[in-house]
Amino acid sequence: MLAALLLAHIPARDARTQPLVADLSDHLIAISTAFTGTEVVLFGALDGPGDVAVVVMGPEHDMVVRRKDRTLGIWVNAASMAFERVPTYYKVATTSPLEEIGDSTVLARHGIGLDHLRLQPADPTDADSPVYDEFRAALIGRMQSEQLYSIGTGTSDTNPIARLGERLFRTNIYFPANVPTGQYTVSVYLFRDGQLASAQTTPLFVNKIGVGARVFAFAQTQAAAYGGIAILIAVAAGWLAGVFFRRT
Amino acid sequence: MQVYLPIAEMTVNALLILGMGGIVGFLSGLFGVGGGFLMTPLLIFIGVPPAVAVGTQANQLVAASVSGVLAHWRRGNVDVKLGLLMLCGSTIGTVVGVWLFGVFQRLGQIDLVIGLSYVLFLGVISILMLSESINAMLKRRRKGASRGKLHKHNILHGLPLKTRFQKSRLYISALLPFGLGIIGGLLVAIMGIGGGFFLVPAMIYVLGMPASTVAGTSLFQIIFTTAIATFLQAYQNQTVDVMLALLLLAGGVIGAQFGGRASGRLRGEQARALLALLVLVVCMKLAMDLVVEPVARYSITVGAG
Repeated sequence: MLAALLLAHIPARDARTQPLVADLSDHLIAISTAFTGTEVVLFGALDGPGDVAVVVMGPEHDMVVRRKDRTLGIWVNAASMAFERVPTYYKVATTSPLEEIGDSTVLARHGIGLDHLRLQPADPTDADSPVYDEFRAALIGRMQSEQLYSIGTGTSDTNPIARLGERLFRTNIYFPANVPTGQYTVSVYLFRDGQLASAQTTPLFVNKIGVGARVFAFAQTQAAAYGGIAILIAVAAGWLAGVFFRRT
Repeated sequence: MQVYLPIAEMTVNALLILGMGGIVGFLSGLFGVGGGFLMTPLLIFIGVPPAVAVGTQANQLVAASVSGVLAHWRRGNVDVKLGLLMLCGSTIGTVVGVWLFGVFQRLGQIDLVIGLSYVLFLGVISILMLSESINAMLKRRRKGASRGKLHKHNILHGLPLKTRFQKSRLYISALLPFGLGIIGGLLVAIMGIGGGFFLVPAMIYVLGMPASTVAGTSLFQIIFTTAIATFLQAYQNQTVDVMLALLLLAGGVIGAQFGGRASGRLRGEQARALLALLVLVVCMKLAMDLVVEPVARYSITVGAG
């Protein structure tokens, strides 16, 4: 949604000379009972030279970051900061290091790169707080260790965009087993001479399917019935086990 | 074999969960306790969110106590009157406990509360059990040692509402089993345990119940307490994972059978001493987690404000 608004800033071009075309190998990631993480391939073509940046953003949720401090010898959650509408998934892949691709103000405007990711505290005064940077860094650090945030550049990191000749590019976007469900946006940006030349946004859905999805939805919407059934299953299983092992 | 847990929202190895259920089931069969105090920390250790571990454990314990109580019921070792009285108390304890659980969850302190309650309860119980069983072993050595009074009279016997419990051959205040029930209910809700390891010694030492009716009556009561806890956790916190509960149950039932057979080879006080040592080890591990600087000082909670 946000990305779509941003794209409105880009001057319209002749459709026949589209400078950037990109698509995903899959627009739906299905989390079934055997899901252990997956990769989606993003591939595309350019009409000439240029650098590409891909930003994948997951659904936004409010989050609270807590810091443990030592109190009376034990570690207790003490200070905390709440953030509003934080993307639950954020990955960037680029053909060259970010700072070489585009101007920092351009990158900031489109939220490309972890340094430019907008993290809004729930309490606006927290933005000026001396510990804001600490909690922001902690949030990003935790999400990175959960494999939900990452940044890959063309030269160093694990998830770069590979070029196939001058015009073609591809990258693998990894979704770990703990990937949040919801609607994702995959934004592809083309940079020329440090300026944004073109952009394209594609939606991607991460949904639970099969038995697991139905169980989850049932537990959320019919919580009382779910609780009742959970008890009945347990009583039946316990009874069966007791009767079965009595015979043997 | 990987299995996705729909409520915990994670993928686990089914064989690992079955194995954990089996080992804990073996120990619970061996010692005659539910084993929740071992399983909940183990689940948290493999990455199940603490709230889901506690809620699911309550569900698993329903099944475990149903299968356990059947044998006692056939032998007539269930004091229904006393059990129902404890149940009244534990219903109140469970409702309050689940509510407290939600409050601490919103404050971001539920992990601390779970950790501290474990260290406190496991520590006290294990030390009491250990000293009692060592005493009993020493007594056995000194044969012919004088037997003390059958049961001591203390302040607890002065409480009002005296009631007769025929099956257990007791004449005690109705407030005692009621009060024990409240504590048991709180334990189920906050710690995700049946509370057997607390209730069994309490029923023997505080109520003075004969050992024959203790296990059956506490299991009988735990069925209902854990069922109420399951319902409330599912209804209020959506933290009951049926898939995880079934896997744990399958392993636990099989393990409990082998444990039950092995228990014939242990004397009562030896079994209690071993159980006390086991509880003490779990307690010290959990205490270390509270004291040692955590690997990740920062944690994220999604959704809660």
